[in-house]
Amino acid sequence: MRTRDRLSYWRPLGVIAALALVVSACGGGEDTGSGAASGDLVMISSQLVPTEEAETMRSEILANFEGTVEFVGAEPGPFNDQIRAQEEAGEGEISVIGGLDGEFSAFAADGLLTDLTDVAEELADLGINEDFLELGKLGTDQQLYIPWMQATYIMVARSEALDYLPDGADVNDLTWDQLTEWGANIEAETGERKLGFPAGEDGLWHRWFQGYGYPAFTGGVNTTFASDAAVDMWNWLTETWQYVNPQSTTYGFMQEPLQSGEVWVAWDHVVRLVDALESDPEAFVAFPAPSGPEGKAFMPVLAGLGIPTSAPDPDGAKDLIRYLLQPETQATTLTSVSFFPVIDADLPGDLSPGLQAEVDAVNAMLEADDALPALLPVGLGEEGAAHSQVFRDAFQQIVIDGQDPASVLEALLPNLQAVFDTTGAPCWAPDPPSDGPCQAQ
Amino acid sequence: MTARLGWAPYALLLPSLLYLVLFFATPMVQAFALAFQGPDGSFSLVSIQRMVGDASFRNALLTTLVLVVLVIPIQFALAMSMALIINANLRGQGLWLYIYALPLGISELAAGIVWVSIFTQSGWLNSILMGIGIIDRPITWQSAETPWLLIGCVLIGEAWRATSIIMIVLVAGLQSIPREFLEAADVYGATTWQKVRRVILPMLRPSLQVALILRTILAFQVFATVIALAGTGLDVLAGEAQRWATDIDNDNVAAAYAGLILLLSLASAVLFLVLLPTREEHQA
Repeated sequence: MRTRDRLSYWRPLGVIAALALVVSACGGGEDTGSGAASGDLVMISSQLVPTEEAETMRSEILANFEGTVEFVGAEPGPFNDQIRAQEEAGEGEISVIGGLDGEFSAFAADGLLTDLTDVAEELADLGINEDFLELGKLGTDQQLYIPWMQATYIMVARSEALDYLPDGADVNDLTWDQLTEWGANIEAETGERKLGFPAGEDGLWHRWFQGYGYPAFTGGVNTTFASDAAVDMWNWLTETWQYVNPQSTTYGFMQEPLQSGEVWVAWDHVVRLVDALESDPEAFVAFPAPSGPEGKAFMPVLAGLGIPTSAPDPDGAKDLIRYLLQPETQATTLTSVSFFPVIDADLPGDLSPGLQAEVDAVNAMLEADDALPALLPVGLGEEGAAHSQVFRDAFQQIVIDGQDPASVLEALLPNLQAVFDTTGAPCWAPDPPSDGPCQAQ
Repeated sequence: MTARLGWAPYALLLPSLLYLVLFFATPMVQAFALAFQGPDGSFSLVSIQRMVGDASFRNALLTTLVLVVLVIPIQFALAMSMALIINANLRGQGLWLYIYALPLGISELAAGIVWVSIFTQSGWLNSILMGIGIIDRPITWQSAETPWLLIGCVLIGEAWRATSIIMIVLVAGLQSIPREFLEAADVYGATTWQKVRRVILPMLRPSLQVALILRTILAFQVFATVIALAGTGLDVLAGEAQRWATDIDNDNVAAAYAGLILLLSLASAVLFLVLLPTREEHQA
């Protein structure tokens, strides 16, 4: 009898534990680890979020700043939430925002940003890129953010892959069709699919569509979303996918599969390729993204620094911005996390070979005759993720599930339009400018 | 009994009750409320419709159910064998327990990453298979183009990671079976199989019920192992909830997913309570 009593305790206990577990499924709290000790200057950033980059920011880039900075890297959702929550509360800990041009435009639209014209004037001697400064005004006469650092996306290949280049192809001036041929050659010779894209959970695959595939093939992004040229692009991708490593849907940072040899030719963000180039500069080559029928499309990424109107320490925030723009800090930023400077400073003469390879590839892309810069989504704010999701959904349905591109694009068009209707965002380059919200077509 | 104890038992229950109401029941109700609101805060079915209409919804639901249906029997068979081995009083009994319980101390994501290093193209599994000459070229285990292989990887990872929790419950259950029962069975000449079937399993019913409920609920929440091993190649319900909450930043649809996980978990708990009634329930 005693035994049974003891046993029967298990049941209610178990049921309570079970209920607790059920309920915890509904939690979903998000803690990005703010909560700084008082007195620290808090900087929240949508850039340098991966643990290693954030750690480098804290231990190297911020090392010489006079004062303590609590650097908080946050995914887009929590990033927006925390800044807006602080604004609604009228008080909080965040003094500096590090974000992308498109993110600032959404904050500016709601009047969350301080005018930094005085800081820009003070820093005039540094020679901050004029175009970038203009972007930082977000179409107003106020300096709403100060350009901070820039990056883009390029290609990297393992040296042995160069043997399989199509006849007459120049690795520094490829077309996307030649890339397919290249992948096919490798597959024919080795039996393995060696092209690679970061289509995993942490990958920046959506940027390929927004800044490379769509502009290169269609000359636009949103106004050509379901066009015939877009169908051509999807057909190209579906064909090319036969030569793409099928494990690509698990890849976040292409430097890893490049280093392990699972992938020989990859496209990714410069920051996510640099480890491969640095690990063995002889074994890898960096080169510009290929061209499509409409040109050599690429996506410049501009990150900036802003101060929210609710900042507890605006003076400290300005000090931090000045510090991050100094030539030494910009050089450290380049060498430690591979984000390029926005000031007219001479790059450190002795760049490591891996980084130098990236710089050369980026310059080749910028200077290409058919260069076609495509901006990161502008003015979408929190809806930026929904915009990216449309392209990822299309990829899943067309390339992975094998559905008809034209009908999938037609079906997804309302999702894309919903993003513009919600935000009222006009089209951005290379789409032609629009009066009022962008009209997806 | 009750009269003598008076209010004391209730007073003792009060703190945990308060805790549950504050930190579990309230957020649960709030989550449900969120699921039935649109992004503008008005009550409507728009978030539920958006969830059901999402391209990934069907896949996520199906994959989650497939994983639950496949992983639970595998884990129970494994856990039962492990528990019987531990209970057999072999030499080094303690050592077995430690080895079996090891995965309990490892976080879900870390376990996922360990399995990635095994299954990835240049990983341990392919290296070993190539080393002993079974294959001459790496096999791609983690490809969205071969979903069953991918599900297989997740199943193995999950089975390794979460079998120990069941084993612990079963070991506790086994050890509370009085020795006299088994001795009596011996006296009547029962075989080992008969003892397992006629004595151990019936006595173990309450533990089995608890373990089943616990494990099934956890299985509906499967997340990090899938993210690590399958990336975007496999959708599951908890992964979709996370995606809507952090990537797409739509708490309403995320809450709808959480609500669905809750309903599925509750339904499975009720199912196990009905299917595996314990002795008291029989008598009632």
